Amino acid sequence: MTTSMIINVDGKDIEVNGEKNLLEVIRKAKIDLPTFCYHSELSVYGACRLCMVNVDGRGLQPACSTPPENGMRVVTNNSEIRELRQIIVELLLANEGHECATCGKNGSCQLQLLAKKVGIKKVRFKRTGHKQETDDSTYSLLRNPDKCVLCGDCVRMCSEVQGIGAIDFAFRGAKAAVLPSFGKDLASVECVYCGQCARVCPTGAITPKPEIEEVWKALENKEKIVIAQLAPAVRVALGEEFGLEPGTSTMGQIVSALRLMGFDMVYDTSFAADLTVIEEGNELINRLKEGKNLPLMTSCCPAWVKYAEQYHPDLMDNLSTCKSPQQMFGSLIKEILPEKNKVEKKNIVVVSIMPCTAKKYEARRKEFAKDGIPEVDYILTTQELATMIGEAGIQFKNLEPSSFDMPFGFKTGAGVIFGNSGGVAEAVLRYASEKLTGVRTESYEFKQVRGESGIREAQIEVGGTLLKLAVVSGLKNVKNLIEKVKKGIAKYDIIEIMACPGGCIGGAGQPVYKEGSVRAKRTKGLYDNEKMLQLHKSQENPYIAELYQTVFGGGEKGLHLAHELLHTHYRSHKRIEKESFDIHANKKKTELDITVCFGTSCFLRGAQTVMKNILEHLDKQNIQDRVSVKASFCFEKCNRGPVVNIGGEIIEKCTPEKAISEIDRKLQISVAQS
Amino acid sequence: MISAETLELSKIAEEYGKKIAQVTKRVIICAGTGCVANGSLKVHEEFVKKIAEKGLDVVVELKEEKKSVYVSKSGCQGFCQMGPLVTMLPENILYTKVKPEDVAEIVEKTIILGEAVDRLLYKDALTGQSCKNTEEINFYKKQHRFVLKQCGVIDPEDIAEYIAQGGYKSARKAALEMADKEICDEIIKSGLRGRGGGGFPTGKKWEMARLQPKGKKYIICNGDEGDPGAFMNRSVMEGNPHSVIEGMIIAALAIGADEGYVYVRTEYPLAVKRMRKAVSEAEKIGILGKNIFYSGKSVKLSVMEGAGAFVCGEETALMASVEGKRGMPGPKPPFPVQSGLWEKPTVINNVETLANVPLIMAIGAEEFRKMGTAASPGTKTFAVTGLMANTGLIEVPFGTTLRTIINDIAGGVTREDGTLWPEGFKTVQIGGPSGGCLTKEHLDMPLDFDSLKKVGAMVGSGGLVVMNQNTCMVRIAKFFMQFIQNESCGKCVLCREGTKQMLAMLTDITEGKATEETIDLLKKLANAVQKGSLCGLGKTAPNPVHSTLRYFQDEYDAHIKAKKCPTGECKHLTSITIIPELCKGCTVCAKKCPVGAISGERQKAHTIAQDKCIKCGVCIDACKFKAIRR
Amino acid sequence: MNTAQRNFEKVCEILEKNENNPARLIPILQEVQEEYRYLPEEIMTFLATSLDIPPAKVYGVATFFSHFALKPKGKYIIKICDGTACHVKKSTSILDAVRHKLGLTEDKNTTPDMLFTLELVSCLGACGLAPAVVINEDVHGLMTPAKTVALIDEILKKEASL
Repeated sequence: MTTSMIINVDGKDIEVNGEKNLLEVIRKAKIDLPTFCYHSELSVYGACRLCMVNVDGRGLQPACSTPPENGMRVVTNNSEIRELRQIIVELLLANEGHECATCGKNGSCQLQLLAKKVGIKKVRFKRTGHKQETDDSTYSLLRNPDKCVLCGDCVRMCSEVQGIGAIDFAFRGAKAAVLPSFGKDLASVECVYCGQCARVCPTGAITPKPEIEEVWKALENKEKIVIAQLAPAVRVALGEEFGLEPGTSTMGQIVSALRLMGFDMVYDTSFAADLTVIEEGNELINRLKEGKNLPLMTSCCPAWVKYAEQYHPDLMDNLSTCKSPQQMFGSLIKEILPEKNKVEKKNIVVVSIMPCTAKKYEARRKEFAKDGIPEVDYILTTQELATMIGEAGIQFKNLEPSSFDMPFGFKTGAGVIFGNSGGVAEAVLRYASEKLTGVRTESYEFKQVRGESGIREAQIEVGGTLLKLAVVSGLKNVKNLIEKVKKGIAKYDIIEIMACPGGCIGGAGQPVYKEGSVRAKRTKGLYDNEKMLQLHKSQENPYIAELYQTVFGGGEKGLHLAHELLHTHYRSHKRIEKESFDIHANKKKTELDITVCFGTSCFLRGAQTVMKNILEHLDKQNIQDRVSVKASFCFEKCNRGPVVNIGGEIIEKCTPEKAISEIDRKLQISVAQS
Repeated sequence: MISAETLELSKIAEEYGKKIAQVTKRVIICAGTGCVANGSLKVHEEFVKKIAEKGLDVVVELKEEKKSVYVSKSGCQGFCQMGPLVTMLPENILYTKVKPEDVAEIVEKTIILGEAVDRLLYKDALTGQSCKNTEEINFYKKQHRFVLKQCGVIDPEDIAEYIAQGGYKSARKAALEMADKEICDEIIKSGLRGRGGGGFPTGKKWEMARLQPKGKKYIICNGDEGDPGAFMNRSVMEGNPHSVIEGMIIAALAIGADEGYVYVRTEYPLAVKRMRKAVSEAEKIGILGKNIFYSGKSVKLSVMEGAGAFVCGEETALMASVEGKRGMPGPKPPFPVQSGLWEKPTVINNVETLANVPLIMAIGAEEFRKMGTAASPGTKTFAVTGLMANTGLIEVPFGTTLRTIINDIAGGVTREDGTLWPEGFKTVQIGGPSGGCLTKEHLDMPLDFDSLKKVGAMVGSGGLVVMNQNTCMVRIAKFFMQFIQNESCGKCVLCREGTKQMLAMLTDITEGKATEETIDLLKKLANAVQKGSLCGLGKTAPNPVHSTLRYFQDEYDAHIKAKKCPTGECKHLTSITIIPELCKGCTVCAKKCPVGAISGERQKAHTIAQDKCIKCGVCIDACKFKAIRR
Repeated sequence: MNTAQRNFEKVCEILEKNENNPARLIPILQEVQEEYRYLPEEIMTFLATSLDIPPAKVYGVATFFSHFALKPKGKYIIKICDGTACHVKKSTSILDAVRHKLGLTEDKNTTPDMLFTLELVSCLGACGLAPAVVINEDVHGLMTPAKTVALIDEILKKEASL
């Protein structure tokens, strides 16, 4: 027997269907309660106090953390509640730093919106606080602590959904702040730049870092050829900035707008995605053949790559060596165009339009520059593109659509669905299955890998072998899955990994959204988009085939060139910028300096025992005065730890014996020299 | 040697009895924080030395072998103003303000000759008569020491003495003879209400946790007593730690918990030490740990030291910090009894509440209800501080009037210099930063949970601070707001920003910058913070403002309209000046001024630099010619 | 063995004793602070590594509780009690006088020569002795601004003769 639960909201009876709190029930009654800190994706925090409603018999209660009970009578609007909301918003506005006109969030800021909604005419409270510096240390994000309302959405996003915890609350009371560890800047800590914090930030406290001015400058520079590449996820989201439904494809209008803005060529990142499919498909087939470095883990997502480098040094060989589509595109363009169009390489400017903040960082990685010239010059997020369209005065909705330039504007559906979580896996399957069986099939969809859940698994039979794959998005999910893989509980051949929930369509560069349903609409938009294309398999893209034939020239040499342009290698990377600290210090300069790595990996591999033995040895040999010992945080050789640096000599997989014999050797040498 | 095999409480008591029978004389030295601060440990050392010098056998730990004088330490005896306190047995003499140099005389006269040293006896403030012991001292006479009965008598570090006094019998009974429901029922029947603040019925809380599905549950003792001016819980933990542990065992058995934490404020190092020692001693003899009293049930307790955060007195914040997190309160529901520590059902009780439990079990609910009032049965401990003659720790039945406490027990209101000032009474601040003020009109009101709530105050943890006519109430409101502002966790907007703005407004008032609109806005904001804050700290933060506005609106008006502080305490609204005609230029004031604000040539009139002056009034007291005035 | 080495070994011991359990973070920080008299940043990073929690979390906890010090303190720690009882007995005058004497402010609470750190604390529980001032371990009761300044002078004299 099911009993229905009824709650009366402002005189209307509302039936409760599994809603966990009053807030959801009230929203069902079509009443918009203001909130800062309530997020359906995150745990209930209850700090902003804006959703207070009157519950009969209990007085004012926060709707977000009150579980529904049958027969509750709720009033959401009376003078007491209105006054409370006004006071809360005024209290926040009284803090220094809320200058709307110059804020990155102008127009989409919740505080601004609420001030209007609750009818703030005047801030009756004293201005408090003092100007704090903006953290612009990263390429991806701007942190403006002045604008922070301490709702904690970013903190919970970073730890609950992304499993990182790069930022957290620090201090307390009026001094409370959200900070990276030890108040450092973001670039010095373990942040992977996924930007999900910025996505959920209701104000302008964390925003994607804009590159608009630089792009305008390039567009106005007559010497430069400015080339745009448009990522798949952007086309089904940009419209939201102009009042269109999420998921509406505005591909044609975007191309027109970019041309109007002065881009010389407008290409599609999906072309490069097709290229990635071929390269990564081959990589998978080779690994399956050799039974080596499995599971293959995708490397299209730069936030995931940074995460892997920092937390899973032992998985470096599992990462696909393929560059991401963005970098493949840039690398290819800067290789081909100078000759083709007779321009100097330094005058080619590649601007990518991405749903992502981490792409800004990826483009600046040193692996992706040749002779000081980066493969990709500037990265605009979907949001920035909308801003530029606005700045240019373009009436976006009224634009006539136009098509991409050829040949790098031509793609198959496989390159388009890259923007969805599961898209890369499906695209690779479309290629690998035919390549492995040698049979061309009509069907192309592998719906097994689609879906909304953060971890999805599938087994697909290809030519007699069973391919096991997993599709995962959201780094906390990634963390859990990898743990299972490492423990041997789960076994896969290929794992597609995206840092943002839902994949690129849910990226932090996309128009700000709060409801999960927006993501679902964008996902559907991309799948619909591919349905309209004639080709669905990367191997069928004629321009890709031509590329291998002409540019790469076919044969062994061609493969080598292709490899050089399209592949890279990742290595482990330290999480935190941190100097070493003294363990055994000497006032005078010593003959021998020893540094033992105490990064996580080395620590787990026994750095402490090595350190202990070294120190005992110094005591035993009575050579304390001649040696100084430090502990340092990471030598970035994590899978070969413990790592010890003895007088410049790096000893990997160091044992106490190895360390001691090296110390003795070094000291005798220095004795002999002196 | 006590061991698990002999875990018959009577045997332990018997063994203790044999040892104590060897004691010819006993010196009990108060080793509560107040007395230790006054040097009682040196007094202890001196006693041991001086007694030995007299050729007597002296022990600091009970031994069975031979007759000797036993010099023991006790927890806080409450009469802190008069410390260090020394009790002589069997003569039953209480010496006050004992210094090491007094010890030789005490040994000579009391231990050897059995006489009292009159000059060290407490003198009644009014009659000037010597009082030999607690039965003769008003401070003790008017109290009803129930929870504190053993506190200040027994050696808190000796479990055997606690057992010899009947300790752990209740826990044993609960473990071996009672079902969980029976225990809850008994406590429900007793009407015991939580001593930590709100006064929630303890038995009901237990019952709610008991009814949760079986499985892991926790019991936590909240010893994070952070109210400035309150130290009742500290005294219980220092003076009778085993009573708290016994209460926790009973609570654990009642709700079906097998693990618990004693959370003690870090500012109480002695309480931490004594609780730790008590837990380990109880474990050693099988009262704590696995299979307690051979009942098949387990209760494991650990002591956790706080790290300095008032907000951790809040249940959810306390649990967060036990879990190794920032002490930020979480939304309720879920309530701790449903989902608390590590998301398991958890009961959190205050120290004093728990210390009541074994006593209730021993005398029965009915007997307990005979103390106090119908709705607030039992007694309550209060830390009585501020401007009165006898500051210290007291215990009275609920329903006692403020007049009894202030005049009879605490000896009346005083001036800053300690002299009696019977007509000087202005107010009593009760319940710390969450509490409120009581004035003359409340002097004859019986104190209990409900009567206090009605007049806008609360029992809180039980700090009573007496203030005289020289205390500025706006400054007191500001003082509490400053405290809350420092201690707010910063999570919810209303508490974090609201207390900041309230503090700013109060500051404006004390600096003469406020207008009547300030008061209006202050009231509105105080209401919002009270109604809308996330946790108890925030919800009660405006209480001092509400309460001072309610009873001392005239003082606010004086600050705002006349720009005058009636008490002269507010620096910006007062100046201390030298009347040139009266000044002889003796330079005494200039020498005494701690900040060098006074200057002038010898034998010429001096002046005070107002920007440097801190209005401490040292100069006023120093001037022989009464030439300096506020 | 020098101090840094001894400290570090102690930290490793503390971690071991607490079984590298992140729930024991607060006791671990307390014990580490006993060793160093404050919490050095690199040690906190090391703790985070060993406990497998983000350093930002360790920082968050260390900055939340007033008992933790992130900067080294002076040789003499002067604590002025500002509990209610001390407050009504004018403890703020003492604070003003000491600040004036040592040239300290609300934001700057340690003298440049690392000799004194001044702290305002809420209730030391010595209410019977209000107003109370504690210098290192010694409690001084019934204080006045002048008496406190005299105590500081005494220390200065003693230090100068060292």
